[in-house]
Amino acid sequence: MANHAAHADDHAHDDHDHKPEGFLDRWLFTTNHKDIGTLYLVFAFTMAIIGAGMSVVIRTELAAPGLQHVQPYFFNQMTTLHALVMIFGAIMPAFVGLANWMIPLQIGAPDMALPRMNNWSFWIMPFAFLMLLGTLFMPGGGPAGGWTMYPPLALQGGASVAFMVFAIHMMGISSIMGAINIIATILNLRAPGVDLLKMPLFTWSWLITAFLLIAVMPVLAGAVTMLLTDKFFGTSFFNAAGGGDPVMFQHIFWFFGHPEVYIMILPAFGIVSEIIPTFSRKPLFGYQAMVYAIASIAFLSFIVWAHHMFTVGMPLGGELFFMYSTMLIAIPTGVKVFNWVSTMWKGSLTFETPMLWAIGFVVLFTIGGFSGLMLAIVPADFQYHDTYFVVAHFHYVLVTGALFSIIAAIYYWWPKWTGRMVNETWGKVHFWWTIVFVNLTFFPQHFLGLAGMPRRIPDYNVAFADWNLVSSIGAFGMFVTPWMMIAIFAMSKKKGAVASQRPWEGAHGLEWEVPSPAPHHTFTTPPVIKPGMLAHGDVSH
Amino acid sequence: MSADEQKKNWRVVKIALIVCVASFLFGFRVMPPIYRIACEHIFGIKYENKVADGAKVAAFKEDDARLVEVQFIGTVNSALKWTFAPEVFSIKVHPGVLTEAWFDASNLAPDAIVGNAVPSIAPNRASLYFNKTECFCFTEQTLKAGESRRMPVRFVVDPKLPTDIKQLTLSYTFYNNEIATKRLAAQGAESKPSS
Repeated sequence: MANHAAHADDHAHDDHDHKPEGFLDRWLFTTNHKDIGTLYLVFAFTMAIIGAGMSVVIRTELAAPGLQHVQPYFFNQMTTLHALVMIFGAIMPAFVGLANWMIPLQIGAPDMALPRMNNWSFWIMPFAFLMLLGTLFMPGGGPAGGWTMYPPLALQGGASVAFMVFAIHMMGISSIMGAINIIATILNLRAPGVDLLKMPLFTWSWLITAFLLIAVMPVLAGAVTMLLTDKFFGTSFFNAAGGGDPVMFQHIFWFFGHPEVYIMILPAFGIVSEIIPTFSRKPLFGYQAMVYAIASIAFLSFIVWAHHMFTVGMPLGGELFFMYSTMLIAIPTGVKVFNWVSTMWKGSLTFETPMLWAIGFVVLFTIGGFSGLMLAIVPADFQYHDTYFVVAHFHYVLVTGALFSIIAAIYYWWPKWTGRMVNETWGKVHFWWTIVFVNLTFFPQHFLGLAGMPRRIPDYNVAFADWNLVSSIGAFGMFVTPWMMIAIFAMSKKKGAVASQRPWEGAHGLEWEVPSPAPHHTFTTPPVIKPGMLAHGDVSH
Repeated sequence: MSADEQKKNWRVVKIALIVCVASFLFGFRVMPPIYRIACEHIFGIKYENKVADGAKVAAFKEDDARLVEVQFIGTVNSALKWTFAPEVFSIKVHPGVLTEAWFDASNLAPDAIVGNAVPSIAPNRASLYFNKTECFCFTEQTLKAGESRRMPVRFVVDPKLPTDIKQLTLSYTFYNNEIATKRLAAQGAESKPSS
């Protein structure tokens, strides 16, 4: 900052940004969508490293059978907090950060519709996680009943239950405000000529995700509030002794939880649908089909929740309904995968780093999708339920799915954010390193799960030792990647090649019509849309 | 931002907030009753634990041709220092016949404890056809320190029980009714000094 002020005169000619001066004014009181996007991304990255540290604790303990490094109760705190931190602290804020940065740029808006609320929705997050992670340092430790918080187990924790519930309330409020902001921005602030069915797919995927968020985050708030009153105010919503039903919690939780998993993957679909056409130098195949596929996945996500709880003793009719409705999701998802492949078909492909991550996403996310289909089969699920097969499945969709797409997006839009290119060689090293170690980590977990190793345990039968060691080696290799990423992007920021306004040859869309780096204020007057400016401007299929 | 744009934004915010409040109330106030309705009317699982309608039970005709095995299980929640078990583990009954089964409970703790038994029937679609005319699970059970008690359950299996169900299991879990136990302890403490 000081440096910036000292050279203010030099910048006066080329920089009409009017960025606020001091550090607090710039970041704490900011209402600028780009700054808030950056804050979200930095926060998500920090949380991802904390969550990854927890997974290293987990994998260190699991590297060999027997208890060697941590006690079971602490191990359970690690699995619980790893999930909560990664879901609510890393993946979701990273997508919100990307939305903040890119949606106004993609639709030609000067900023988000409600900038002050935007500031508030970010600044709640650090406090929510301070509360959640603070429980680790309190007597009794952090929550240890699993991130799904099933009663009665979750209620057996001490004060951490209350802290977890209030942290989730705050994250929920933050997500809801973020979602409302995104909906208002997309519906009201599109530049003339950016019709709904001409919007980029990232914006489309976020519009639908935002509706999912406002529909289900309050349901989670309701569920955890009932947990709170059961624990501290003597109600019996989920207490069998008082006439309640613990299974009802699972229904309410997964009514939130299943749409939640699509909240974490629909923006990923949007990102990949931006990157693949760019590096294939072809318009996206089946643009409208892609939009409708996202919408139908979002709709189906509301009627499949009980497939997470096939083993609770549901009536046969219920099991059949949830099995078939779950399998139905494979159809719109298949449409998307085939459309990405068709976009690449006969394209002039080049394999810059963002494209590698996007292709990695398509291949590995599809593996995660297929293991999801296996889990959807009721009789098979009775065998797979709560085993490492489930762990392998959701890490394929969340790490090689959601996280890969976030990394792809950072590589893709980084030149626009900073005006600097990323070193391609190091980007490729990062990608191939990750591909090797992510598969080493999670692929053996399929075998462990099929062989019957349960999840959420610190010790296991010696029969599982070999694949667990392989998985742990993979996890240690993965833990190198965040530091590698910091080095790569710090190097680019310092001395990367200067990026042009359109650093990727095949890139279309309004974000490439502003200079790189994007000035502090863009589209203060709505852009005039010329033919060919929008990626999907003349698409009628 | 123009006043017109602000008006448009606030309209979206208002609608979105209404959606949020509605979905909170949906999760908090509507899902529990829906769950109950779905259990009882779609999946045929009896949710209420109460005395069967006498007129309905009286109208049952005994089905001599059919025998259904009823198994009993008694479990005690870990927070309750009692023993609790059925006297017989299984009996064969004709649907439509009033039958009696006995359970034994003993309090191993040094204090009086109030317990509540929560019943469950498997397979759960049989629960609509299982009628209890009397059960220790309808009321709180108070056992003094060291006290034991024989407790009856009287039931009739509805002759309309689907024919493929040949065996059903009635299981009870006894829980410590902590609120009632505390109340009891407080009464005891009050009455002691006066006596």
